[in-house]
Amino acid sequence: MRLLTHNMLASNVRGATTGYPLKLEASNWCTKEVELNADFIRGLLPKIDWRALVAATRALGLPDLLPDEQPPEEEIFAKGAADVEGSAIRRIHHALLEIHVQQGSLTCPDTNRSFPIDKGIPNMMLHEDEV
Amino acid sequence: MADGDGAAAPGKLTELSIGGEKGLLRKGKASSGRTLNTAQIPLVASHPEVYEPCDDSFALVDALLSDKAQLLTLQPRLCMEVGCGSGYVITSLAIMLRQLGSGTQYLATDINQHAAKTTQATLEAHGVHADVIVTDIVSGLDKGLAGMVDVVVVNPPYVPTPQEEIGCKGIASSWAGGLNGRQVIDRILPAVREILSERGWLYMVALEDNDPLDICHLMSEVGYASRVVLKRCTEEESLFVLKFWQDPHAGTHASPKYSGSESWFSQLPFRSLWHKGS
Ligand SMILES: C[S@@+](CC[C@H](N)C(=O)[O-])C[C@H]1O[C@@H](n2cnc3c(N)ncnc32)[C@H](O)[C@@H]1O
Repeated sequence: MRLLTHNMLASNVRGATTGYPLKLEASNWCTKEVELNADFIRGLLPKIDWRALVAATRALGLPDLLPDEQPPEEEIFAKGAADVEGSAIRRIHHALLEIHVQQGSLTCPDTNRSFPIDKGIPNMMLHEDEV
Repeated sequence: MADGDGAAAPGKLTELSIGGEKGLLRKGKASSGRTLNTAQIPLVASHPEVYEPCDDSFALVDALLSDKAQLLTLQPRLCMEVGCGSGYVITSLAIMLRQLGSGTQYLATDINQHAAKTTQATLEAHGVHADVIVTDIVSGLDKGLAGMVDVVVVNPPYVPTPQEEIGCKGIASSWAGGLNGRQVIDRILPAVREILSERGWLYMVALEDNDPLDICHLMSEVGYASRVVLKRCTEEESLFVLKFWQDPHAGTHASPKYSGSESWFSQLPFRSLWHKGS
């Protein structure tokens, strides 16, 4: 599971109000390089919950990958930014698409119900009495 | 068809597809060396409790192949499969659209965790990626993905069965569709409408028994036009691959009259068949 998906995922357990954002814990994660596509990020960014993304990166022990506040779009999409090591767009791209959580859990902020992530796959299935 | 591999054996299928590539590259074609367009059966992972790629899976992939040029033009940002099973379909889609690179990302869900693992293995074997999630339809993703997914593909459990068989553990849940085979389909459609983007397309397999005309009517009442991308009769069943997309005029069409399968088939495309961009 990548952080892009974490950003879209909520708990649907009975008793949850928003079930979002899910608290991420990871005992194992890895990175895989993906070509940066600025248009993809431009289209997606308005839908991204920045705070949830930042929280997820910090949960992985990456306190400096993303700043508390989302940088202005002019900065993110500045000409040539994609070619600059460490630029905002590169960091956002890395956070959303290059980090794969392999082993860990997602915890519902409202109910503390925890959903396992096993071999990269989160299991969001609920028991009958939880729906 | 640029990729037409005329020598491919259509197998036991009676081909009635509208403009679909016939059963290419299914068995023993893995080493032909040309650019591959679909997942290759020898590389598709399997598990005793996971649905193996079958006529319906092939029909869906053939329908996607027949729409490949349109899909490339659409440049979908997010593509998603609901009920991914072995991963044959989502892997094929990712291969087909490979040239879109990281501008297109993939998600897949299944209620069966063995299916999720199998899909992951199939994706990996083909060097493509999708985030796979074990969940009921799109539960947990509906709000986060609302209006964001450009292409959804579904080969649902559509076989008419007693209601009790639905959601059973194991392989039965891969086909058990309850009354008229519609019980899971009728839950999938509203969930998919939530996540489809305004320009989004849904491709779904349905059986004659599922009353595809009725499905199209229901979708048209909520603003979706439809067309039959492919129809295929096998020895056991008549399979359809239906495509849906938002059309502000969809609900205002006069209902086509239903008088037997011949004529509904010719009427089903309404005016949608000629509709722009689909
Ligand atoms: C007919 S099989 C199709 C598998 C694969 N997509 C293919 O075409 O070969 C239907 C799949 O849907 C899954 N499924 C059934 N009910 C589901 C639900 N409520 N939510 C998600 N997946 C479901 C089954 O586990 C099964 O893998």
